[in-house]
Amino acid sequence: MYLDSDHRPAITPQLAFRVAVIGGFALVMFAIIFFRLWYLQVLSGDKYLAEANDNRVREIKVQAPRGEILDRDGRVLVDNRPGLAIKVRPDEIPPPGPKRAQLYTRLGKALNLRAREVRGRVEEQLKAQPFSSATVKQDVSPELVYYLSERADKFPGVEGEAVFLREYPHHQIGAHLFGTVGEVTEKQLKESRYRGVSLGDRVGQSGIEYSYDRFLRGENGKKRVQVNALGIKTRDLRETNARAGRNLRLGIDLDVQEAGQAALGSSRGAFVVMNAKTGEVVALGSSPSFDPNIFAKIIRERDFKRLSSEEFGKPLFDRAIQAGYPTGSTFKLVTSVASLEGGLITPDTPLYDGGSLTVGGVVFKNAGGAVNGSLALRQALTVSSDVFFYQLGRDANSRGDGLLIQDWAKRLGMGHPTGIDLPGEAPGVIPTPAWRNALYKKGLTDRPWSVGDNINLAIGQGDLQVTPLQLAVAYATVANGGYVVKPHLGRRIEDADGRVLQELETPARKKLPIDPAYRQAIMDGLTGAANAPGGTSTPVFAGFRIPVAGKTGTAEKGLGRADQSWYAAITYPQDPQYVVVATDEAGGFGAERAAPMVRQIIAALYDAKDNGPTAVSRVPG
Amino acid sequence: MEGSAFGTAVKGFREESAARIVRIDVLLLLAVVGLMVCSVYTIGTATDGDVAGSPYYYVIRQAVYGVVGLTLMLLVARFDYSRLRELKLGLYGVMIASIALVFLLGAAARGSRRWIELPFFRFQPSELGKVLLILALSAFLIDRIRRLGDRETTSRIMLLAIIPAIMVVAQPDLGSGLVYLAIVTTILFVAGTPWTHFAAIGTMVAVAVAIVIVAAPAVGVTVLKSYQVDRLTAFINPSDDPQEQGYQLNQSIIGIGSGQKTGRGSDHATQTKLDFLPEHHTDFVFSVVGEEFGFAGAAIVLSLFALLIWRALRIMTMSKNLYGSLIAGGICAMLMFQVFVNVGMTVGIMPITGVPLPLMSYGGSSVLVTFLAVGLLQSIHVQARETAAAKGRELLV
Repeated sequence: MYLDSDHRPAITPQLAFRVAVIGGFALVMFAIIFFRLWYLQVLSGDKYLAEANDNRVREIKVQAPRGEILDRDGRVLVDNRPGLAIKVRPDEIPPPGPKRAQLYTRLGKALNLRAREVRGRVEEQLKAQPFSSATVKQDVSPELVYYLSERADKFPGVEGEAVFLREYPHHQIGAHLFGTVGEVTEKQLKESRYRGVSLGDRVGQSGIEYSYDRFLRGENGKKRVQVNALGIKTRDLRETNARAGRNLRLGIDLDVQEAGQAALGSSRGAFVVMNAKTGEVVALGSSPSFDPNIFAKIIRERDFKRLSSEEFGKPLFDRAIQAGYPTGSTFKLVTSVASLEGGLITPDTPLYDGGSLTVGGVVFKNAGGAVNGSLALRQALTVSSDVFFYQLGRDANSRGDGLLIQDWAKRLGMGHPTGIDLPGEAPGVIPTPAWRNALYKKGLTDRPWSVGDNINLAIGQGDLQVTPLQLAVAYATVANGGYVVKPHLGRRIEDADGRVLQELETPARKKLPIDPAYRQAIMDGLTGAANAPGGTSTPVFAGFRIPVAGKTGTAEKGLGRADQSWYAAITYPQDPQYVVVATDEAGGFGAERAAPMVRQIIAALYDAKDNGPTAVSRVPG
Repeated sequence: MEGSAFGTAVKGFREESAARIVRIDVLLLLAVVGLMVCSVYTIGTATDGDVAGSPYYYVIRQAVYGVVGLTLMLLVARFDYSRLRELKLGLYGVMIASIALVFLLGAAARGSRRWIELPFFRFQPSELGKVLLILALSAFLIDRIRRLGDRETTSRIMLLAIIPAIMVVAQPDLGSGLVYLAIVTTILFVAGTPWTHFAAIGTMVAVAVAIVIVAAPAVGVTVLKSYQVDRLTAFINPSDDPQEQGYQLNQSIIGIGSGQKTGRGSDHATQTKLDFLPEHHTDFVFSVVGEEFGFAGAAIVLSLFALLIWRALRIMTMSKNLYGSLIAGGICAMLMFQVFVNVGMTVGIMPITGVPLPLMSYGGSSVLVTFLAVGLLQSIHVQARETAAAKGRELLV
């Protein structure tokens, strides 16, 4: 069987014939293909070239709606509304020159803007992102878009695009928290947190929108359409659907936020309401506030200047987390912890308050000229004796490295950002000899560090800079027994139907070893300050149904400027629930302005009917 | 038994002298190297924007497949193909098993697949199956060469090819299934099967096509997936279905036509660069050649294929034994079918069947298998020249 095929001497005629048949077939096929190619490429090439030139794709971005931001009860704080934007495509507008100038003039007339303004907006955006279309005006009427598209020959490269605009139904309330949304910058695109974002996409640029952008932004879709040479759509190509962003549920309580804003009124100041054990922020506000809805459109430069000007109180500035202030006597909490833990005193060590203390020839007096006699820590906190704490400041300065109070201030969360889930937090300043002496060497201050600086620090005056939020963290840490909480707004991520996708956990940063007996003494002192006879804020909380412990503060600004009023409170001091801090930059004594504000906020926090303090106290402290 | 046969094969291999390499068909080598160069160049210009961040993704891989393939070809050329005859059962078994393995893995991944994931590339058993089928069928046919006129011989051989063909069509890889049928028909034809048998086969094919495309769907049985039917029929009237298959065809014709005599150059080839032409590095690579390099470029590529096929036909006639002739015939069928169906598809005279253009289309399995086939052609050539040299006479063609 094998033999017949092996070593076949020569090719048989039959094989030759059949190979020839196959070869002939191949020849015919090649000929057909060559003729077909000749027909397509040489005879009809012009026609197909024209067809190829007519074939154009345009990619249209399908914007994903951003997730909503909700308060703790699901009330909408930030949502979306559909709008139309007028955009200019860089690849289709006339080249720079008279033709482009003409377009700007025409567009300005149609959009009710000056030609210079149109040019400014377009050129600025094209400079930043040369290949992505520039937005000329957000939130225009459909009639205007129709008008422009009807006259496409007069407006080359101009088009209307459906966009989602952010909407803030509560206007001024919580304005500082949310932040703004804007087109991603080229620099941001290189960061890993913007993975999956492409040029021209809108991302959170500040506030919560920035911190939780990953969840809120969703994924934009893409629609590719084939258009002919005239730009008219001839066919839909691929489309990828947009995925809406996730909703973010905050710990914020809209009612409390509103109460805080109302309590501040038109004053310049801030308030913080925070869970003392978890650090969850229930309300966080700054005054004066602004209506973030103006940022949903392109903000006019004039408006932006007004919102940033000192004259109008810089409404864009978030005083709750960005402003560092001396905190007055509210700082005595820190001095107390430091002095007890540092062994300067025990809870029962008596010190004598003769109304003033003289150190190095300088006389440090009690505010209001009070003389309190011999007292221990509890009573010193209750009546807010300055001379008691002056002595601690003096003694701390000469002990060890002299940084006892400063070290405890830092441990309690001051002098560095608290780590809240908002960008742009100020670190504040805890004055130390090294810090002041360095400034002095550079000629930035009049004198080097002296013991007087530490004495001032002990009662929260002088160079100290603490944000209202940092003060709240310090009070929460003492109240909860030493856990330095990390303040946070975000509670959980939800889908559009409210199903929980992810709980946002924010554990405390660390646990400080604070002796329970010391803590109790301080809590007693603070409770006395709001309840005992002679307490600095006792008159303010008279008749108030919610148990409160709290400390007043009056920070001196000097040079005839009004004092800054502070109050820091802890609700249910037996088993602390919330810390509430309020400040008014020009409110006078703590008990005069800040303490009544706190009472108003706590009433809203516990849904308690309250008519406010019966009498306004004039007690300094 | 297979092991011992392999041992002999290796022993035979060792005895080879370097002289064997000199006896390879230089024109054939020129054709495949030329096609590979065209392929790498075309894929390089067509795909530089396809993979974000790595413009050389496809071109580097294709070049590596080409170099590995050439090496493989030269290795196979040194080896005497005749020894593979004894391994026919093993070769056939490996082919069936590897195709079946795709089904098992595909089922495990809950989806249909045509490939097996390997560390460096996706191995497509239906591609390797083409060469294995040629080797096995030729051997089976020679076993029955004295009964070539029997209808039983023809039907048995046909059956041996139809089984894997049906398996790959179900993967679904209609193109490879049709290649298998082209291979078996050509091998039977080269061996000398009577014309009457081909007439009968032709009739049965016509009936089968009618059943598959018309009758079976009418009674609710789907043999071909609906898109396969769409693809097969779209070329008859492309504008019928501007959405999918007809669209591809139209864009391919526009691309080739717009290339005119000398092409639009790679920078201005909008059909390719703007993605109007899908699959431009795989099934529609010839359209890219047409658009970017025009009639001139297309003619060069087609000429290289013509050279390849001419050399294959020549090797068929000079083989030292019938086994070699049949193998060369099968390989010739495989190459011709793929070239004509693929190029015919891109110019709109053949249905869309998903057949790659040998050596030109991007893909490791296809490139390596084509080189393996060309290596076998070279082996047949080398053996023929050696036999002729041993007998001390010149080969006549």
